[in-house]
Amino acid sequence: MTLAATAAGQGFLSPGGVEIAFLLVGLATLGAAVVTVTTRQLVHAALWLVVALGGIAIEYLLLTAEFIAWVQVLIYVGSVVVLLLFGLMLTKAPIGRSPDADSGNRWAALIVALASAGTLVWVVVDAFRATWINLDAVQGSTETTGRSLFQYWVLPFEALSVLLLAALVGAIVLSRRGGEGKAPAAALRNTTATAPAPREEQR
Amino acid sequence: MHLAYPAVLAVLLFCTGLYGVLARRNAILVLMSVELMLNAVNLNLVAFDVWLRDTLHAGQALTLFTITVAAAEIGIGLAIVLLVYRNRGSSDIDRLRDLAERPDGADAEATNRQPDTEAEATA
Repeated sequence: MTLAATAAGQGFLSPGGVEIAFLLVGLATLGAAVVTVTTRQLVHAALWLVVALGGIAIEYLLLTAEFIAWVQVLIYVGSVVVLLLFGLMLTKAPIGRSPDADSGNRWAALIVALASAGTLVWVVVDAFRATWINLDAVQGSTETTGRSLFQYWVLPFEALSVLLLAALVGAIVLSRRGGEGKAPAAALRNTTATAPAPREEQR
Repeated sequence: MHLAYPAVLAVLLFCTGLYGVLARRNAILVLMSVELMLNAVNLNLVAFDVWLRDTLHAGQALTLFTITVAAAEIGIGLAIVLLVYRNRGSSDIDRLRDLAERPDGADAEATNRQPDTEAEATA
């Protein structure tokens, strides 16, 4: 297994087809991510996030990690973005431009992000500029991933299912509106707070 | 493929997410930026797993675990954001300052808000 030695013959100036595809999809992904964090329309941010996450799924495919790519499409593009859109709707996010999408410290945030990007790019390029990934054999087919997952990673896998169950129960407990024993407090809150819907009184 | 391509892309995505977390005001947009950061880390994990040809495929298994934990995180996070919105009528994280340390002069305002926080505690 030659890890780093084979990169000597491969220059950055003569990229192969996979590299060109990776670069183009990476540019699209990065652009979508930048639009996600800078746009003033909240729903558009969620939709651009779909483009960014789908681009990352294509990058997984180019890295021959097929199973991860389809899991990414299924979970992120399929469910997480839908959850985010539901969250935007339930918090009555304004459709169209909202002038206060960015907080006052955006210049400080920009400086921090650019500084960390510069530092990390410098470190990463300096460390891995001579490293070559050999993409001849498929590394992440469903069979390979399933074998390793259920041979070596069974216990974390089961622990993860318990974690998911706990998260599910936690989300339900957090989002149901008060218990029956707390009805007076809920009614009191209804008179004072602005947001709660009259739906609470119907129960 | 050079390892530098996925590594640099992951770094840039991570820093984009970092900017989003620091600069956004709406809590749900902050959660979106957190998703971007997690995806950057996942891309790194997959790239290094493919590079090292790990027999256990630790990188890809960890990527699956990260995706699952991120799904759990987004569920809990959205539940918390909805709870805050229901109690406060706003999901701007700039305005959620009840736990902030104030100088002495601003204590009166803090005591004025006390019933609000009690209502949230009983919710």
